[in-house]
Amino acid sequence: MDTNDSRHQYWRRNLRYVGVLLIVWFVVSFGCGILFVDELDTIRFGGFKLGFWFAQQGAIYVFVALIFVYVFLMNRLDKRFSVDEPSTQAE
Amino acid sequence: MTVQAWTFTMVGLSFALYIGVAIWSRATSTGEFYVAGGRVPAIVNGMATAADWMSAASFISMAGLISFMGRDGSVYLMGWTGGYVLLALLLAPYLRKFGKFTVPDFVGDRYYSQTARFVAVICAIFVSFTYVAGQMRGVGIVFSRFLEIDINLGVFIGMGIVFFYAVLGGMKGITYTQVAQYCVLIFAYLVPAIFISLLMTGNVIPQIGFGATLADGSGEFLLDKLDGLSRELGFTAYTSGQRGTLDVFFITAALMVGTAGLPHVIVRFYTVPRVSAARSSAGWALLFIALLYTCAPAVAAFARTNLLNTISEAPYEEVPDWFKNWEATGLITFEDKNGDGLIQYVGSNAVMDNELTIDRDIIVLANPEIARLPGWVIGLVAAGGLAAALSTAAGLLLVMSTSVAHDLLKKGLLPDITEHTELTTARVVAGIAVCVAGYFGINPPGFVAQVVAFAFGLAAASFFPAIILGIFTKRMNKYGAVSGMIVGIIFTAAYIIYFKFLQPDLNSAEHWLFGISPEGIGTVGAALNFVVALAVSAVTPAPPATIQMLVEEIRIPRGAGEAHEVSA
Repeated sequence: MDTNDSRHQYWRRNLRYVGVLLIVWFVVSFGCGILFVDELDTIRFGGFKLGFWFAQQGAIYVFVALIFVYVFLMNRLDKRFSVDEPSTQAE
Repeated sequence: MTVQAWTFTMVGLSFALYIGVAIWSRATSTGEFYVAGGRVPAIVNGMATAADWMSAASFISMAGLISFMGRDGSVYLMGWTGGYVLLALLLAPYLRKFGKFTVPDFVGDRYYSQTARFVAVICAIFVSFTYVAGQMRGVGIVFSRFLEIDINLGVFIGMGIVFFYAVLGGMKGITYTQVAQYCVLIFAYLVPAIFISLLMTGNVIPQIGFGATLADGSGEFLLDKLDGLSRELGFTAYTSGQRGTLDVFFITAALMVGTAGLPHVIVRFYTVPRVSAARSSAGWALLFIALLYTCAPAVAAFARTNLLNTISEAPYEEVPDWFKNWEATGLITFEDKNGDGLIQYVGSNAVMDNELTIDRDIIVLANPEIARLPGWVIGLVAAGGLAAALSTAAGLLLVMSTSVAHDLLKKGLLPDITEHTELTTARVVAGIAVCVAGYFGINPPGFVAQVVAFAFGLAAASFFPAIILGIFTKRMNKYGAVSGMIVGIIFTAAYIIYFKFLQPDLNSAEHWLFGISPEGIGTVGAALNFVVALAVSAVTPAPPATIQMLVEEIRIPRGAGEAHEVSA
C-alpha cells in the first residue's frame, strides 16, 4: 500500500463514496424536506403528508442510516487497501 | 409522595450518580484531561457526544419551539442532526488521525501559522462561552420551578456540580458522567412522550402515534385534527410553513454546518482509539440523538393538540391546576380583554383579540402535568432537564479551559511550561469559566437568545471551511485559510450585529439580503470563506512539502493509535 498509486486510488474511492452519500443527504433533507416539500405534501403517508414527514422524521432516519453505510463501506475499503488499524490495542 | 418530594429524590439520585462516576474516573495527565487518553470506545463516545450536544435548548425548548412553529420548526430537527453526516464523512476520521487535542491545534498546525491558531482560539472561546451562559440559566429555571428554591441558589448548586467533575475529571470524568447523563435525559424524555402518545392515540411509540388516528373514537388523524383546530383559531395550518423556502434552506444549512464546526462536538472525536472508531462513534452519536429528535416533533404535536383542546374558550375559573402553577411563574399569562371570563387563544389573523401568552418552554416542562402523569414522571423530567444542561455546560467548559491552557499558553505565549503546570492552568481556567458562566446564569444578559444565532453562524463561517479545505485540498495555504476565516467571520458577524443589535426594527424579510434571516446568514459566510480561501491560495505560494505530507498522512487511517502516544 505504500505506493503512491494505491494511496491515490484509496483516496479517489473514498471521495466517490462520500460524494454519493452526500447527494442522498442533500436530496432527503434540502430536497424532500424543503425545496419540494409542498409537492410531496400532496401525497399521503398514513396520517402524514409526505413532505412534512420527511422534514420532521424521514430525513433524520436517513441521516443515521447514511453514517452506518459509510462506516461499513470505509471499513471494507480500509481492509482492501490494507490501511486499516489493528484492533488489538486496549479499548 | 408529593411531586416535590419525588423531584428532590430524582434530582438527588442523579447528582449522586454523577459525583460517583466523576470520582471513579479522575484525570491524571493532560492527555486524560483533554482527550480522555484517547481510549474511549466508540459507542460510549457516541453516547457522551449525544449528551454533550443535546443541551437545555434541545431538552426543554425544542419541542415547544416546534409546537408553536409547526412545519417551520423542521429547521431545528434537520439542522441539528444533518450536521452529524458532515462530521462523520468529512471531519471526524481525519481529525482523529491527526491526533492532538483541540480544533485550534489542527488549524494552527495544518496552516503552519500562529495567526491561524489565534483566530481559531478566539472563535472557540466565543462560541463556547455564548452557549454555556444559556445552560446555567436552564439549570436555574429547572431548580426554581420544580424545587421551589431561589433561582440563584439553583445556579450555585449547578456550578458546584459542574466544577466538581469538569475540573477534577477533565475529559475523562466528563465523558463517563455524560454517559450517565444521557441515560437520565433520554429516559426522562421518552417516558412522558410514551404516556402521552398512549393517551392520545393508543400507540406506544410516539413516532408512530404522531401519524396515527386519535384515540377518541373519531377515526380522525391527529395531524388533520391539529391542522383543523389551528385554522379555526386563525393560526396557519400546523403542517404548512410560513417562512420563505430560501430562508428555511439557509437556516437549515447554517445549523448543519455550524453543528459540524462546533469545537465541543469536534473535540469528542479525538477521544476514541482509532479512525474507524471515530467514524462509527459519529453514527452512534446521531442514533442516540435521533431517539430524542424524532420524538420531539411528536411531543410538539401532541402538546399543541392537547393545549388547543383544553384551553380554547375554556372558562378561566375552571382551568386545571397546571395552568395556575405555571401562571405563578409568569410563563403563562392571561388577560381577559373582552371580560367574558373565557380564554380566547387565537392566531395571527385576529391577534388583537388574543388573551393568552404561553412561553414555549412550558411544552416539555408542563407536559406531564397537562397529561396528568404521576409525580415521579414530573420529578424525572426535572432531573432530565438538569442532565441536559449540565452535560453540555461541562463539555463547553472543557473547550474553554483547553483553549486557554493548551492553545494560548502552551502552544503560544509560554511554550516552556511543564505538563503539570499546563494541567493546573487548565483546571484553574475551568474554575474561572464556571464562575463567569454562573454569573451570567444569575444575571442573564438580555441577548442570550440572539447570541445563539451568532455561535452557529461563526462556527459555520470560520471552522468548517478551514478544516474541510485543510483535509481535502493539499494546495490550501495559510494565506488562503486565514483570509477565508477572517472574511467569513467579519461578514457573518456584521450581518448579525446589524440586524440583531444595531437596527433590530429593520430585522424583517424585506430588508434582509435575498430574504435570508440572520439565523441563516452563516451559510453565506461559509460560502464566502470557501471562495476567498480558494482564490487567495491560488495566487500565493503553495504550503511547504512537510504540510503536504501531513495532509497525505491524515487521509490514511493506519497509525492513529500511535498519533496520540507521540503527542500525549
